[in-house]
Amino acid sequence: MKKLSAIVLAGVLALAATGCGSGDDTTKGRTLTVLAASSLTGTFTDLASQFEAAHHGVRVRLVFGSSATLAQQTTEHAPGDVLATADQKTMDDAVSGGGIKGKPTQFATNVVVVAVPADNPAHVSTFADLDRAGVDYLTCVPTAPCGAAAEALLAKAGISRKPASQEVDVKSVLAKVVAGEADAGLVYRTDVTASGGKVTGIDIPDAASSPNTYWLGVTAKGHEAADGGALATQWIEFLTSSEGQAVLKAAGFGAVG
Amino acid sequence: MATAAPGLGRPPLRLLLAGGAGVAFLALPLVALVASAPWDRMWSIVTTSDSRQALWLSAWTSTAAAALCLVFGLPLAWLLARVDFRGRRVVRAVVTVPMVLPPVVAGVALLSAFGRHGLVGEPLRHMFGTQIPYTTSAVVLAHTFVAMPFFVLSLEGALRATSLRLELAAASLGADRWTTFRRVTVPLAAPGVAAGLLLAWARSLGEFGATITFAGNYPGTTQTMPLLVYARLQDDRDAAVASSLVLFAVCMLVLLLLRDRWWGALR
Repeated sequence: MKKLSAIVLAGVLALAATGCGSGDDTTKGRTLTVLAASSLTGTFTDLASQFEAAHHGVRVRLVFGSSATLAQQTTEHAPGDVLATADQKTMDDAVSGGGIKGKPTQFATNVVVVAVPADNPAHVSTFADLDRAGVDYLTCVPTAPCGAAAEALLAKAGISRKPASQEVDVKSVLAKVVAGEADAGLVYRTDVTASGGKVTGIDIPDAASSPNTYWLGVTAKGHEAADGGALATQWIEFLTSSEGQAVLKAAGFGAVG
Repeated sequence: MATAAPGLGRPPLRLLLAGGAGVAFLALPLVALVASAPWDRMWSIVTTSDSRQALWLSAWTSTAAAALCLVFGLPLAWLLARVDFRGRRVVRAVVTVPMVLPPVVAGVALLSAFGRHGLVGEPLRHMFGTQIPYTTSAVVLAHTFVAMPFFVLSLEGALRATSLRLELAAASLGADRWTTFRRVTVPLAAPGVAAGLLLAWARSLGEFGATITFAGNYPGTTQTMPLLVYARLQDDRDAAVASSLVLFAVCMLVLLLLRDRWWGALR
């Protein structure tokens, strides 16, 4: 108990200290909470350490999940200063639900591919192979951006075989493909890059013409923060800077525009 | 309401307050759930094809799980209650573990055993070409895994509570142990068996973590009611609340059926 009160006291003092500062000091000793689509897991983890290094005393807390779940959480004022979604629809939902204040910024694009385990047990070599009997493939739930994109691509290619399962987010799909619990999974190109060779990516013919767009927005909660969302805005500026864009590009994300 | 134990004085206010806060905490979310229900859309949400599929799937997979509990759990409970064998405590511990295990861990464990590359799943796939994950059988397995301990332990208690006299009488009249089990033990323990089955069924109905981890999530084959609630929460909160209320109502019904068993002893 004593320890807890000490921590609380330290926290209060830290907050008080930032209150006395001026200008840039208002962001000192603060935690920036970023809610991000699970496809951003590896990339945002890297970007967060760079951001922390550039902003002394700032800690970035990352929360990953399905864009739809996170967007829903912002409308319920869950803790989080910035929301990063993997498509426009979930960002629009967050804006219309009052979870995001101000105009969202597009910062990257991504393309859905077929991921197969390294040993490719079902010999999947094209997108159309998913229609073959005996091929168990996975998608995200249709409410998640990766699931919505997968559903559209499957319909466009005329693939009528249903997925074996709809996983809650793209990392769950990837994890099952990596573990060999599925013959294939529809994930993002960046997930294949992130897997470091544990899965192989197969391009989907129509995917490149309609990529997923990634959006950033400062949450209503973020605007209520002591700094009025200044740190959250700096995160967005960092991601759209040449430095941030280079990291995204290295991970396999496409540039905006 | 009668005051308990006259002569001890009034219950202390601090205990009343703390106890009252406890019950309010338990009741509040349920009241809120009912209050936030989209009553005007209720019927249309509950009768969508996804809902009906999930409800039907939940009902019959839970029933199948309860049946498996009966087939394997009844003998197990009997062994624990009636036979004094070496390692009985170990067996009881093994039975208890899934009850306290986080369901998602149970799912990972089931994958390790029955997944494509599982201890049993891999040879099964090579020899017979059968695969368990992503099938309704996987849902039943996951349900049985988490529900069986509830059945076995509640039934073991019920068996221990029934007197041995009639079983001894049957034996003295020449009945062998199997006949005694069939004709005396099981009929006497019938209320306990029924309660155990209902308990196992209710536990199956609410199962989420092991199912989504091990069986997957697809409408019609593996998407049970709790999985549907979770999936709906992502885009249509009203629909999630409506589906939750259906589950809540079923649970209340189970409680009603079990009321004499659970509350009778305390009254």
